[in-house]
Amino acid sequence: MKDTIEIRWHGRGGQGAKTAALLLADVAFKTGKYVQGFPEYGPERMGAPITAYNRISSEPIRVHSNIYEPQYVVVVDESLIEPVHVTAGLAEDGAIIINTPKTPDEVRPLLKGYKGKVYTLDAKEISMKTLGKNFPNSPMLAAIVAVSGIMEEGPFLEDMRQSYQHKFAKKPEVIEGNMEALKLAFREVMK
Amino acid sequence: MAIRERLSGNEAVAHAIKQINPDVMPAFPITPSTEIPQFVSTFISNGEIDTEFIPVESEHSAMSAAIGAEAAGCRTLTATSSCGMALMWEELYVAASNRLPLALALVNRALSGPININCDHSDSMGARDTGWLQIYAENNQEAYDNFVQAYRISEHKDVRLPIMICQDGFITSHAVENITLIEDDLVKKFVGEYNPEQYLLNPEMPMAVGPYATSPYYMETKMAQNTAMKNAKQVILDVAKEFEEMTGRHYGFFEEYRLEDADYAIVMIGSAAGTTKEAIDELRNEGKKVGLLKIRVFRPFPGEEIAKALAHTKAVAILDRSEGFRAGGGPLSAEVKEHLYDIQATTKAVSYIYGLGGRDYTVDSAKGVFAQLEDMIENGAEIPQYQYIGLRQ
Amino acid sequence: MRTDISKIHDNSKWTELTPGNHVYGGGTSKAFNTGEWRTSTPVLDESKCVHCLLCAPVCPDSCIPVVSGKRLAFDLDHCKGCGICAYQCKFGAITMKEGK
Repeated sequence: MKDTIEIRWHGRGGQGAKTAALLLADVAFKTGKYVQGFPEYGPERMGAPITAYNRISSEPIRVHSNIYEPQYVVVVDESLIEPVHVTAGLAEDGAIIINTPKTPDEVRPLLKGYKGKVYTLDAKEISMKTLGKNFPNSPMLAAIVAVSGIMEEGPFLEDMRQSYQHKFAKKPEVIEGNMEALKLAFREVMK
Repeated sequence: MAIRERLSGNEAVAHAIKQINPDVMPAFPITPSTEIPQFVSTFISNGEIDTEFIPVESEHSAMSAAIGAEAAGCRTLTATSSCGMALMWEELYVAASNRLPLALALVNRALSGPININCDHSDSMGARDTGWLQIYAENNQEAYDNFVQAYRISEHKDVRLPIMICQDGFITSHAVENITLIEDDLVKKFVGEYNPEQYLLNPEMPMAVGPYATSPYYMETKMAQNTAMKNAKQVILDVAKEFEEMTGRHYGFFEEYRLEDADYAIVMIGSAAGTTKEAIDELRNEGKKVGLLKIRVFRPFPGEEIAKALAHTKAVAILDRSEGFRAGGGPLSAEVKEHLYDIQATTKAVSYIYGLGGRDYTVDSAKGVFAQLEDMIENGAEIPQYQYIGLRQ
Repeated sequence: MRTDISKIHDNSKWTELTPGNHVYGGGTSKAFNTGEWRTSTPVLDESKCVHCLLCAPVCPDSCIPVVSGKRLAFDLDHCKGCGICAYQCKFGAITMKEGK
């Protein structure tokens, strides 16, 4: 299991955190990795806190439990930082990525003493700019790919274009906006 | 003074119901249990009892209505058989997990298919893991006595689980035999009034029954349920003791018949146990040390007690009246063997299937089983460890 | 018998649950602050509100109290921010604001 990257997503029902986790699994799968992408299922409720997970490994993955000690945490909704212990079990040599207009130094005091790397990304602003609507999951997906180094930017964007062409076959007009969101987020988060 | 009568098993259970006068009975007819709601309806129309009878459109509805009535605070029962019980399936679990102590008069009948109306235990054995208490009878007397004791067990505050009182379809349900009945006032006094601590129609304390339970609650709920099942063991013995004081008739988890010094024993459930007793008496006259362990209480399963009662024997035959389709025996044999293993018994245990779909089990059937056990031990004969009794082959 | 469900939580031991998970007491959903799920919040412009009361009955969470023919402030402990009230309002008196 030591080659396995484990990622935990925190979001709210309806924000696409689960979809983002499944897309990340898709992306990693295309690099030849073994993958898992799964949500922690409960009653489906718009706005209620939800958790989703990824495992990415060069070996077949046999564990089917939730993830308690992730290398990375992605927080799709910053309002969760207070009610949910988002850094629980997070590796100190790992990282947390938070969707917020604040800087990493501004959010760090809210992270219950977490000492690892903190990245922030204003996914809402990127989404509003590129899609005209608040869909934070595409920017956050690009951010975790960038931060974790699962894939280089070029191949990642090419794979995502193919996924979007399949996913949005009936509304191709949203593809460019989503691609733009990914590109912006990929670079923005590493600044 | 006890009352001497001759009644069928269905009449006997209906008589117990009349004496108890429960609050609500939703039911849908199915052979061979149909007579029970018929008799109860007659008692009601004759003004002999004031039970609320609810004619429903299916067994699923019968169990659902029974659950609702019991949750409301009423002493409730229903009756069914075979596929009728299969249609109650999901509700059986609901009744048990909601801790509703209603009673089910089950008249055992084979499950389809092929469609068949005769006796075997596949219906109740299939429901053995639903969380219901299960008590079985050898004859009409035991069916009656078990029903009189039923609510005392199920409603006990340490238990609060639904109870299934089982008897063999047609073999006892439709056979008229001698029976000793208890006087009405004694039964009423023995069973008592139902006064649940909490119930839906209590204006003093509103409540909700059957809420959703997420993963952090589900296993804890099951443990509490299983503990209630465990608690039922002492309650069953206490109630039986009190019953014995009233009637002189002794009941426990199981009946040991000439088992104490037996080398070979049969373990089984239901009416065929009487047939086996007859075979035992005949074989004992020939000097064979044979005996019987007849299981009365199957849920909770008195496994340790059964294993200890069998441990001194050289070999036991465990006879199931239902297939387990594990390609190796029925449910009773699996559970008895598990407990023999637990106490490291040296007893050899062989699995048999008998009486499916009403196939007759005779005195000679029992003798054949004992002969096989003896041949296996005395002569080292290799006998099949899992076989059908009376199969044409 | 255990009846106080306010003491039951995700870490309660199995011995601390009520039998059959029965929930005792009325109106227990009040203790469940679904307002925590809200990602956008209704805001009332008092100057535009004519107290037609069309908003109150459509609220799925009964978060618009009505007293003596007048609607009062939103119950934000339970409002999930669905926006049905704003959609329903014919006078533009309710708008949805991002966040809590």
